[in-house]
Amino acid sequence: MKKIVALVLAALMLVTVFAACGETKSDEKVIKIGVFEPASGANGAGGKQETLGIKYANDVCPTVEINGETYKVELVPVDNQSADDKAPTAAAELVGKKVSVVLGSYGSGVSIAASDTFAQAGIPAIGVTCTNPKVTEGNTHYFRICFLDPFQGTVLANYAYNELGYRTAYTLAETGNEYDQGLVHYFTEAFTKLGGKVENASFVKDTSDFNTLLTNAVNSKADVIFAPTSTQYAQLIIEQAAAKGVKATLMAGDTWDSNVILAAAKGKDVDVQVTTFYQEGGNAEFDAGFKAWIEGDSQNLTDNGGDSNIAAVSAMGYDAYFVALEAIKKANSTKPADIMTALWDVEYTGVTGEIKFDDVNGDADRVSAYIKKVNTETGLWDFVKEQGVN
Amino acid sequence: MNITIDHILAGISVGGQYALIAIGYTMVYGILRLINFAHGDVFMASGLIIVYLTTAMPLQYAIPIVLLLTVMLGFLIERAAYKPLRAAPRMSVMISAIGVSYLIQNLALYITGGLPQTYPAIPWISDSITIFGAVTKRVTIITPILTAILIVLLVALIRYTKIGMAMRAVSKDFETSQLMGIKINRVISTTFVIGSLLAAVGSLLYFTSYQSVVPTSGSMPGLKAFVAAVFGGIGSIPGAVIGAFIIGICENLIKSSTDFSIFSDAFTFALLIVVLCVRPTGLFGEKSIDKV
Repeated sequence: MKKIVALVLAALMLVTVFAACGETKSDEKVIKIGVFEPASGANGAGGKQETLGIKYANDVCPTVEINGETYKVELVPVDNQSADDKAPTAAAELVGKKVSVVLGSYGSGVSIAASDTFAQAGIPAIGVTCTNPKVTEGNTHYFRICFLDPFQGTVLANYAYNELGYRTAYTLAETGNEYDQGLVHYFTEAFTKLGGKVENASFVKDTSDFNTLLTNAVNSKADVIFAPTSTQYAQLIIEQAAAKGVKATLMAGDTWDSNVILAAAKGKDVDVQVTTFYQEGGNAEFDAGFKAWIEGDSQNLTDNGGDSNIAAVSAMGYDAYFVALEAIKKANSTKPADIMTALWDVEYTGVTGEIKFDDVNGDADRVSAYIKKVNTETGLWDFVKEQGVN
Repeated sequence: MNITIDHILAGISVGGQYALIAIGYTMVYGILRLINFAHGDVFMASGLIIVYLTTAMPLQYAIPIVLLLTVMLGFLIERAAYKPLRAAPRMSVMISAIGVSYLIQNLALYITGGLPQTYPAIPWISDSITIFGAVTKRVTIITPILTAILIVLLVALIRYTKIGMAMRAVSKDFETSQLMGIKINRVISTTFVIGSLLAAVGSLLYFTSYQSVVPTSGSMPGLKAFVAAVFGGIGSIPGAVIGAFIIGICENLIKSSTDFSIFSDAFTFALLIVVLCVRPTGLFGEKSIDKV
């Protein structure tokens, strides 16, 4: 009896292996765009929202003209699980599925980890909201449409020092996380240069107890706690800061522009301010269309965190898709190498502003960032100002 | 180093939560000589269950139901994954435990879609209070008190009841007690029920302090509780509790120093190695322990 059960189980396993190989074939001409985003792990929430922007764009414009022929654009999503060690495997899956260009990822660490895989396959990648300079530095295949951490860190430091009049800062970052550490580094550099005092602290992966670190922050008399962490930790930090009655402003980068933060801060006595790429209301047509699209599908609604508030990363995802289409049109080819060459000259005005790549690293020129804060009564973002580096 | 009352309070609170989990490890080990790796995941599952229950019903119903469901989960795991292997070598049961652990984690990943779930705020115990000038949640104070009460009850159960006597007999000698007419399966199930119940209470307290549940939420507290159980002498209940408080407090004291804060976890595991080298039986362990 046991042997039969074992045989049946083994047979079932084999069947699933073969089932995975099945592919549908049709005569329709298809160009594949890889969506390299986290759908799980610490950045799962943000990754899903960025993917939503890309999917919405695909819904708005599902085809592209190449050489007078209409190609259907097929999105190929993979989940990089927000993990640097899983990212190359996920990237290899995209390479295996023969995508022409890749969008993503949310989170700089995974983009850096996957960069070589794309480089070897000769596939161009467009970073949507990965802000660490190392993503595009010293390579020709990784592009990016958002601002960079030296810019973002400096903007935040200037805003805290000049606009809010803060003089002491305490920073919190996850050890080994390129995004956190990079942003903290540039913030610290700019803040101390202005004459402020900064104390840095780090925590290890999967920390859930921030009480002690927050106590240290209070003891250091910090006016601002700069904690550009993943949303998983952000939720805990906000919650624990509110419970402890921490008075300092909690400040972070684009990662915190998420419904998770709004939900965590709603109804609590905390001051949370972030920089971001897009503010709802920036483009009425996009806002309305996207909201309707989100509300029209329960899965989309769940992925967006249960409501139809527009995250900046969704707007960026939307723009990234159209930048990719521009490049495909310009290249007039489905070959990754042609698209890579074409990308350098792409100019596109999206909902988040003008996008044009520089000649060195392929980074978009962005001159200002939006600063917004949580309205703890309504649980929505309040726009504060548009801030440049000066 | 700047140690304040805040750090000590946080340490005692975390210690109490570890203690509740550690008892589950130590009791199962005492009776089955099995390290139940799935225990930390039962703790996480309990947290997730309440997240989903509160969407459907008010908290006063959700809490008793979550205790019940967690107990059932612990009971079912034992029946499905460990009981059929009673006669198998101990290593097989251990591997089965690791399998269950991954199964629960991956199920949780599937159900939550990988997104962190916000734990519902339980009124009263999650309110902020001020003690000696330190602002904290009420749960910080409740945890050690509740832990102490539960442990006194548990020790009384083991000392003075019939099932407690049976448990002690089984932990002394598995086969002989079976020959003496003790219903071994009942004793083992009871052990799992108690362990899971305490894990469920621990999860209520833990997630009230740290209101985010992810599929791997149980692994770190689980591992640390396991270290606490080894430190106190695995198989010994008072040992596990004292070990848990020592680890909780030390960890938070280390975190109070900016330079060393990131080494707090490393400290816990370094302690495990030192204890195993210097005193393999732990603080209160039996002399001739059967290590796995």
